[in-house]
Amino acid sequence: MTCHDWKDLMMGYLDNELDDEQKRRFEEHLKGCSECAGELKEFQKLKEITDEVTLMEPEDKIWQEYWSGVYNRIERGLGWILLSVAGIVLIIYGGFRAIEEIIKDPNVELVLKVGLLVLLVGLAILFVSVLRERIFFWTSDRYKDVRR
Amino acid sequence: MPSICQEELIAMQRCRRGSRKAFEVFVNKYMKDAYFIALGLVGNREDALELSQEAFIRAYRNIKQVKPDRKFFPWFYQILKNLCVSHLRKRKYRRAGSLDVEGCPEVEATADCFSPEVVAARNEIKDKVWQAIGQLDEKHREVIILRHFQNMSYDKIAEALFCNKGTVTSRLYYARKKLEELLGAGKGGMPNDMP
Repeated sequence: MTCHDWKDLMMGYLDNELDDEQKRRFEEHLKGCSECAGELKEFQKLKEITDEVTLMEPEDKIWQEYWSGVYNRIERGLGWILLSVAGIVLIIYGGFRAIEEIIKDPNVELVLKVGLLVLLVGLAILFVSVLRERIFFWTSDRYKDVRR
Repeated sequence: MPSICQEELIAMQRCRRGSRKAFEVFVNKYMKDAYFIALGLVGNREDALELSQEAFIRAYRNIKQVKPDRKFFPWFYQILKNLCVSHLRKRKYRRAGSLDVEGCPEVEATADCFSPEVVAARNEIKDKVWQAIGQLDEKHREVIILRHFQNMSYDKIAEALFCNKGTVTSRLYYARKKLEELLGAGKGGMPNDMP
């Protein structure tokens, strides 16, 4: 067993995570290994200074308003979803009505009408294609349930 | 495995049924941990607050997908960590872009954001330690944060990181080695002004 193999026990010893038997084994090893003893001493100094570093507590106001911050954002998230869905529905409806008007209007040139129809067909193909790709990806994603 | 705290279990069930009041239990219980872990990972107060709250929002939206026997905190920690890591990456690329050195891996923006002003009862040594922590890579920084700032046991850390205890001790070993190196200590001993 090399010194490197003792590193797990050394960390456990440093952080008081060893049981009595492991502690005894490690202390036994330390008696005959100056390299590990030196390394442990360095780690102990480092741990001492790292433990002294504490982070500043924010003002109490932050904790008092924390939940309301989370709650408001959850609520607003729902609001944004409804707003977006309504916006999309209205835009699509308005768009179709406008196109319908143009197509029915005898004064509008045929080229414009055909152009609009082709544009609509193109959009529909793109939409179906993206939707199908997403559905396929979702159903075949092997990792979608990992680490829940 | 210790049994899941009864209060948490009940709160989890109620959350799954959409109770915001029940979710408040988790937020109040873990908000400080979430904030300080985020602060340790991203190094700045405003981002830590924003990211910790965002993690709770995502947890609320996805809580139905958590298995009933799952503890809340390890699952929540993954969400928080992923958000922090993704935030750091965006920050790194933004900074790399602004320095006109896009794609340059040695540009490390993380450490720049580890301002010592978040350290309590500051002195020169503590400032140095905090900034050295900021220079560690993500996986080493997180074990230092969880162990030293959150006082988590190896078992709890392993649970949060979805790894075994051996991996935790190994990461702690290399994280501390790197810290020593960054602080100019190591074989030669700590600097004279350190206790």
